[in-house]
Amino acid sequence: MTALAGVLTLLLHAALVLAAPPVLAGLLGLARARLLGRSGPPVLQPWRDLVRLARKQPVLAEDASWLFAALPGVCVAATLAAALLVPSFALGMATAPLADLLVIAGLLALARCALALAGLDTGTAAGGMGASRATLFATHAEPVLLLVFLLLALLAGTTNLDAVAAALREGGQGLRLPLGLALLATCAVALAGTGAQDTLALEYSGRHLALVEYAAALRLLLWLSLIAAMFLPFGLAPAGAGPVAWIVGLLAWAAKLGGLCAGLLLLEAGAAGLRVLDVPRLLGAALLLALLAALLLFVSQGFA
Amino acid sequence: MAAGLFVLAPLSLVLSGRVAQAGMLGLSVLGLGASLFGLLTGPVTLALPVGQPGAGLHLALDALSAFLLLPVLVSAAAVAACASDEQAAPLLPAFVGCMVLTLLAGDGFTLTLGFSGTALAAWSLIPGKSPLLGLAAFGTVCLVSALALLAPAGALDLGFAALRTARPEGWAVLALVLLGAGWAAGLAPLHLWLLPAHPTLPAPVAALISGGMTKVALYVLVRVLFDLCGPAVPAWWGVPLLVTGAASAVLGMLWANMESDLVSVLAASTIGHIGLIATGLGVALAARGADLPALAALALGGALLHALAHGLFGTLLLLAAGAVQDRVGVRLLSELGGLIHHMPGTTLAALVGAASLAALPPFAGFAGVWALLQSLLAAPRIGGVALQSLLAVTAALAALAVGLGAMAAVRLVGVAFLGRPRTPGAAEAYDAPRPVRVTLAVLAGLSLLLGLLPGAALHLADPAMRTLAGADLRGAGLLLVAPAVDAPGYSAPGIAVLLGLCLAGAAWITRVRMARGERRAPAWDGGFGPPTDPATQYGAASTAQPLARTLGATLLAAREAVEAPPPGNPRPARYGLALRDPAEPLLLAPVLWVRERLSALADRATHLTARQGLAVTIAVLLILLALRVW
Repeated sequence: MTALAGVLTLLLHAALVLAAPPVLAGLLGLARARLLGRSGPPVLQPWRDLVRLARKQPVLAEDASWLFAALPGVCVAATLAAALLVPSFALGMATAPLADLLVIAGLLALARCALALAGLDTGTAAGGMGASRATLFATHAEPVLLLVFLLLALLAGTTNLDAVAAALREGGQGLRLPLGLALLATCAVALAGTGAQDTLALEYSGRHLALVEYAAALRLLLWLSLIAAMFLPFGLAPAGAGPVAWIVGLLAWAAKLGGLCAGLLLLEAGAAGLRVLDVPRLLGAALLLALLAALLLFVSQGFA
Repeated sequence: MAAGLFVLAPLSLVLSGRVAQAGMLGLSVLGLGASLFGLLTGPVTLALPVGQPGAGLHLALDALSAFLLLPVLVSAAAVAACASDEQAAPLLPAFVGCMVLTLLAGDGFTLTLGFSGTALAAWSLIPGKSPLLGLAAFGTVCLVSALALLAPAGALDLGFAALRTARPEGWAVLALVLLGAGWAAGLAPLHLWLLPAHPTLPAPVAALISGGMTKVALYVLVRVLFDLCGPAVPAWWGVPLLVTGAASAVLGMLWANMESDLVSVLAASTIGHIGLIATGLGVALAARGADLPALAALALGGALLHALAHGLFGTLLLLAAGAVQDRVGVRLLSELGGLIHHMPGTTLAALVGAASLAALPPFAGFAGVWALLQSLLAAPRIGGVALQSLLAVTAALAALAVGLGAMAAVRLVGVAFLGRPRTPGAAEAYDAPRPVRVTLAVLAGLSLLLGLLPGAALHLADPAMRTLAGADLRGAGLLLVAPAVDAPGYSAPGIAVLLGLCLAGAAWITRVRMARGERRAPAWDGGFGPPTDPATQYGAASTAQPLARTLGATLLAAREAVEAPPPGNPRPARYGLALRDPAEPLLLAPVLWVRERLSALADRATHLTARQGLAVTIAVLLILLALRVW
């Protein structure tokens, strides 16, 4: 029975995760335009763009190899696999036993490396620059993320995302300060991880570009869902719960995504003038925050 | 039954040339079978009537040595199958034989004999001057002293059974073993000999050093610290391993992003991976000292698994680099590029290896790194705020090293194999000969298999973990790597199936719903038009530049020098990057100072007058007499 419920939850989650990214991107684009005093495109514009791009034949650079054509698929698949592991509205999905935080980070790294290789494959300067920068930011983000995982692993006793979310939902009130610091650090990582990778996809066109853009939107949704599941697990339907809890979970998920989007927009507006080498500095500050959170936890909890 | 292994060492010393190569391949494969058999059945011992007077040589094959024989022998077999005639130095079989002898040693004497033989063979394989000989001699002295400290007082019995009864106190044994084996593993700050040796080193030899010798050094570390020192070593013994491991991991991976030679990049990444393994060993030692056997087993299991995986993908990548050098004639990243069009087989194998190097799921490198990071995440439960803080920093550094490794893998594949050819040689390359391609394919297949079934490989090491850590990971099952019995963990087959389904879905929707076919046109390059000069693409130095400005500036004292000619002058601008390893002033400066002083003294001694010479002689005699009387 619980297995059936798990599969059902997973299917619903998969449908949501597949459909939501372009809508989220559209909402974000609209809000960003309004924030700047423009009227902005309609919410469904990214969907329309995707559909139109998918109908177009790609133009490949003459020096591009077979790998270049295959990598958008790898990128989407790895991001999607990670997205299927991160709970959105309910715990206890059929993929819950696989949903290890380090594995999710690994799948994201797989998607990122695929895109970086694509950037280097055509042999253009812009693609190489994008690859070099994207991997640089990810490298600086890695230790921050691991310290956040360390914190969660100490609080929950495991790095399984499902178990972490379940444990934190019932967690005590005394742990809020380290978690708050870790949340800030994770937001900085998400900002660096979802930020512009435009130069990487410069040589892509047609259906390949559709896949790459879809993967980018999916990655944004994934990061927001991940932050919501790690730090704001309230409202999540517990494993094996009924449709009522699911609806509550859905509403809570939408509210959390909205709130996080608003925060992201404000952060983005503040970080608009960041130069390339400022991002590692931002991540360095995030690293200090995460380390501080871990030390606070050690001192307050002991964990002997 | 392990006779095949036992004859490998002496035989390989005798043979040479093509016969030796065939023999090395056959014996390595035979040895692989024997060590797998040994892993499944149980320990074997054998006493040889040669060697130390009165004691002979003792050989023993237990779970730990059999497990670490796997990477060494796979590496040896692959090198034997791959190396062309002129590359196959006659000393290669001797090198392998000494490594096998070290792993099969059943007493301290044999262990030291094999290990110093390994060092000597490695030194003779490195062309040009290398500080390796001095380091190796120093290391051997340290190792002998450590074993002598462990030996029971009075009798000079160096059998492992006698050594295990010792209860070492203080830090002397730990420091001596770290110095004695750390140089061969490439642990910071003793890694300084590795990188300068590699630009002139043939790739097969580099493959044996990275794939085999570092594992032998790790074996010596584990054997002495975990086994021979007995189960009662204090928890703080793990701390030096943690510190040096984290330092090596970050430094090695950073160098892997800075080096411009294909083989040097891989050698540097070896330092990084060995550093990661050493942090795992540190956690295991600390956890065992704090009586947390499950955590110790997780850390030790991760270290062993990653050692096996690195033996596979390290060898694979270095042999692929060798194939590139064979066909292109150069191996500088700045003179390669576009090899995917001309060497498709080699490129595919290198892609599999690089994905493992980058520790991407579900490839071979991920499971071991997962277990190592998991053990670091759980390690703060050992207790003590100071140790916990150290562990948190170590965990962050290990994650940084993993990220840097992924960056290095992207740079390696992207610059050397993708893009446009940077030289005519790279544009006219053709794929490696069939034996090399077959070897690379077998190695890639093995590393894919290990990536899919890490739990099964870990299962082979269970007996070793039970003896050395006091617990095993058997509860996790064959398909899972997990920290405890009923805990969720990393299920490689599950992730692979999920990823496969997503890939199939993406392929399906592309085929059914999207436009078919594609057109070819010159690259757009953001409107800058079709690029002409291949030098305009990102290369080895440009990919590394942002990292040189951030981490490189702090850790490697990176100094950039851009020399641009004035307007109107057609001379090309020059970009230079000067880097210095932080271990250099730490380690080399004192050694150089001592050498200067000694040579100055010797210089003075050669210019003594007859009377002064006589005085010195008489003084030495008097001192010796005084010593004798005292």
